[in-house]
Amino acid sequence: MHQLWLIPAFPLIGFLINGIAGRRMSKTAVNVAAIGSVLLSFLWVLKVLAGLGSLEDAYIERYFTWIQSGIVDVSFDFAVDRLSAVMLLVVTGIGLLIHIYATGYMSHEGGYYRFFAYMNLFMFFMLTLVLAANFLVLFVGWEGVGLCSYLLIGFYFHKKSAGDAGKKAFVVNRIGDFGFSLAMFLILVTFGSLDFARVFEKVGPMAVEHQAGVITLICLLLLVGATGKSAQLPLYVWLPDAMEGPTPVSALIHAATMVTAGVYMVARSAPLFNHAPIALEVVAIVGLLTAVMAATIGLTQYDIKKVFAYSTVSQLGYMFLGLGVGAYDAGIFHVMTHAFFKALLFLGAGSVIHALAGEQDLRMMGGLRKKIPVTFLTLFCAAIAIAGVPPFSGFMSKDAILLAAHHHHPWMYWVGVVTAGMTAFYVFRAIFMCFFGTYRGTAHPHESPLSMTGPLAVLALLSLGGGYLDVPHYLAPMFGGEHAPHETSLVVISVLAGAAGILLALLFYVIKPGLADALSRLAGKLYTLIYNKYFVDELYDAVIVHPTRDGSRALLWKGFDLGIIDGVVNGAGSLARTIGGGLRHMQSGYIRRYAAWVVVGAIVLLAAAAGMGGAR
Amino acid sequence: MPTSFIPTAADLLRLSPDIVLTAGGALMMVIEPLTGAARKARMAAIAVLLIAAAMALSVMAYSDPGTSFSGMLVVDGFSTFFRILVYGCGLLTVLMSVDYFKRERGSESGEYYALIVFSLVGQSLMASANELVLLFIGLEISSIAGYIMAGYLRDDKRNNESALKYFLLGSFATAFMLYGVAWIYGLTGSTNLDTVRRAILGGAMEQSGQMLMIATALMFVGFAFKISAAPFHVWAPDVYQGAPAPVAAFLSAGAKAAAFAMLVRVAASAFFPLSAKWEMLLWATALATMIVGNFAALRQSNIKRMLAYSSVAHAGYILVAVTAHSEVGIAAVMFYLASYVLMTIGVFAVVTLVASKGERFVEIDDFSGLVQRQPMLAIALTIFLFSLIGIPLTGGFFAKFYVFKAALDSNLTWLTILGLLNSAAAAFYYLRVLVVMYMKPAAEGAGPVDPAGIGIKAAIVASAVGTLYLGVYPSAVLDFAGKAAQLVK
Repeated sequence: MHQLWLIPAFPLIGFLINGIAGRRMSKTAVNVAAIGSVLLSFLWVLKVLAGLGSLEDAYIERYFTWIQSGIVDVSFDFAVDRLSAVMLLVVTGIGLLIHIYATGYMSHEGGYYRFFAYMNLFMFFMLTLVLAANFLVLFVGWEGVGLCSYLLIGFYFHKKSAGDAGKKAFVVNRIGDFGFSLAMFLILVTFGSLDFARVFEKVGPMAVEHQAGVITLICLLLLVGATGKSAQLPLYVWLPDAMEGPTPVSALIHAATMVTAGVYMVARSAPLFNHAPIALEVVAIVGLLTAVMAATIGLTQYDIKKVFAYSTVSQLGYMFLGLGVGAYDAGIFHVMTHAFFKALLFLGAGSVIHALAGEQDLRMMGGLRKKIPVTFLTLFCAAIAIAGVPPFSGFMSKDAILLAAHHHHPWMYWVGVVTAGMTAFYVFRAIFMCFFGTYRGTAHPHESPLSMTGPLAVLALLSLGGGYLDVPHYLAPMFGGEHAPHETSLVVISVLAGAAGILLALLFYVIKPGLADALSRLAGKLYTLIYNKYFVDELYDAVIVHPTRDGSRALLWKGFDLGIIDGVVNGAGSLARTIGGGLRHMQSGYIRRYAAWVVVGAIVLLAAAAGMGGAR
Repeated sequence: MPTSFIPTAADLLRLSPDIVLTAGGALMMVIEPLTGAARKARMAAIAVLLIAAAMALSVMAYSDPGTSFSGMLVVDGFSTFFRILVYGCGLLTVLMSVDYFKRERGSESGEYYALIVFSLVGQSLMASANELVLLFIGLEISSIAGYIMAGYLRDDKRNNESALKYFLLGSFATAFMLYGVAWIYGLTGSTNLDTVRRAILGGAMEQSGQMLMIATALMFVGFAFKISAAPFHVWAPDVYQGAPAPVAAFLSAGAKAAAFAMLVRVAASAFFPLSAKWEMLLWATALATMIVGNFAALRQSNIKRMLAYSSVAHAGYILVAVTAHSEVGIAAVMFYLASYVLMTIGVFAVVTLVASKGERFVEIDDFSGLVQRQPMLAIALTIFLFSLIGIPLTGGFFAKFYVFKAALDSNLTWLTILGLLNSAAAAFYYLRVLVVMYMKPAAEGAGPVDPAGIGIKAAIVASAVGTLYLGVYPSAVLDFAGKAAQLVK
């Protein structure tokens, strides 16, 4: 036994300590509990993985039968295989860095202990999700991270926008979770189990569904769940708003870990998806569309966190593209490298915001290169990583996906390449607007403390060199399948696209600063459309939110709730009170009256029993 | 006739928990007057040790199940389950009583713990008796100790009223039962459960079916009184309200569990052949009990009285599972009682604390603002109330789930529907306490809750942990109950 359960148990203990006693503890004690628990968890992951060696097969620990009723027989089991090993390292490793960073970032905030309690709770659920050996345990983690995400987005609950963003995230995720639940029911009915090993064993000999069948339906429902959690079309709308949360939350939950849960879940269900090529095609197309759409929005945003939020949506789209073209290993590889550079982008952005005392608008920055050099350098590392500059980490993983996409359908590759160019443009646009030119704001920038710059530096190294961790080869035996041949010309094209993006950004925002505005005026309506995020939020409001709300108000609230439910409830209430009042007369307090009740009861009972006995 | 009257080692082992408790309790009575006032706290420790020893012995006895003393007593999974349950209940009661008497009378009192121990002997016999006379003796041992405990604070008028009512009505009802036992002996020539069953199957049913039904009905009056089934529940609200809070906990948890053990064993062994004829009667009793308990609870403003009605209602739910007369039903009864004991003890422990000296604060409104005054206490009470409602992740949820599942398996569709409606109505009066506790500011007069002693804290924590354990991971207890249920016949 390697005691896998300890991995999530440590953060849970941290949560309990900070959640129960944090209010009365000093900041140092809160830090020790919060960081210490994640550190122990990280170390335990290392120990377990070292002990398990090459992990040719999944290692499963079965703890107890959880629910048993009819055909439902679910145990509480954890498992580790190569896929979850990668995720475990990413979650605990990045999580640790972000926890350290947060001690600096949050040092002036109220609710310090509450913040870390939620963060630890998030780690607990995320690790449960990753370690789960069946769909239901995964779902527990899945729902749990959603809850923590909601709590942390709305951390500044006195701000209305933060509260609204939290609710939006929660409601949108609910739609996805509904799909996921349906998928689980269907899996249970079809395969008689929710255990990964058993389900995948049973799906193995089944025929590949070239026409839509039950497996396709399961996979599509799983995809609905994944689009909610991983912010894909059409359910991506919550993620940009989620930036209302504190920046370390954006980095940990809404960039590096939780949002990749959908990618992880699809990769985990690869044996199912491999039997449903139609669903897989849908995954690829959803991913690609999301990547393009989000990247275009990213081009126009001025809030530094919003830029990176749309970038996250776009990069998640890449991951889904990877999954959809069958390159699960490349998709997970990109999960990892993205965790490095996107966590860094957010933490760096946080450092900028921290330095400018809360300013997030790129138009109010500029020229910060000299004032906060460490932040600049590290952010620059992240930018070249995400822009796909060889040989850094983003280049490695993105090219793996693009090559696989080309092998699948060349047009997907070309769309991906264009998106890569846009990615490079918007990231460097942000970098140039923030760090070059002259300072346009009024605050007095100061470099962040070591607790913040330290994690930045570590992440910078990982962003640069993380591509050399050969995740695809490590994962390949799990997923099998053919591998796209390496074509140098394709690689060169995508690198050129990235370089073009960077150069354009340089031209627009450093060399000729007025050019961007002129161009946006030239684009006119198109620019307005993109700047307003294609009016998707407004569209959803008009088509779904308002009709639902108005309909609910008129029909459900005024008609059904006030009319029928309240009527029934009030009626039942007064009826119940009347009955209760009547029963009170039984209770006179006189013993002789009570004895009489006993006698009456006995007589009725005896008479009835005698009657029963007589009836043959 | 038995060939030898000298008990064997196995006989003694199977009775050993009762022997230890009887001897220990008697010893406590002897040394109590000799113990100085300052040292009386030791008596509680002795009681804890005795009960722990009895638990250990009953587990040991289960390693070699079977009957002893010529079939008078039986040790099987069922009796062991209930022995442990009533001992656990006794243990928690001792823990929550430690500070209570110090608070109420300024001194500890040793006899009280001896009475608990004696009462446990009776309950343990009720759970393991395989013979109607022994069953009756167990019932009397348990009840008489209970009568005294209910009036333990003899200067308190409420205590006196409670004890007198409990005693008079209890004696009255048990007389019915004893009369029924006599009838059974007359009809079948035996009081041994196995022999009675054989006699019923062997022709007594054909010859004197009506008489058998009347005999069992007479016995049922006694059982129904002890489990507080309607309309024999009338004593419960007055007695629970008047008795000291820890005693009310003990009576509504342990005594009721033992009474159900007795009812289920008799119904599932000796009188199983009559199940079909009894179904309608049990059906009606279960329904009436649920309705009376829940609807009367709606109108209560005193929390002890409300909990008394709530315990009546829970007896109704358990009777639903008894009505199912199946193995699943018996397992459901066992699981329900396990979770019921934990949540009842827990909720009464919280009430004991909030009530303060002289039990002044026992109105529901006295709980207002508890979450600010005592957050941990409020959280514990929330757990217990959730469990009483039957909200998932607490034992009460699975308890209700298995009860109604057993009823459905036995095609008691209507009883299930009516039971579910009842449990929905029940949510109202529990939620009212929660609302008062969380939403209303503390009343002006409400002082700070007295600091809790270690004993009552331990009782509350143990009950809360147990309640959550049964709600998160019911399988272990349920598996045991499922296996034990097969042994009843």
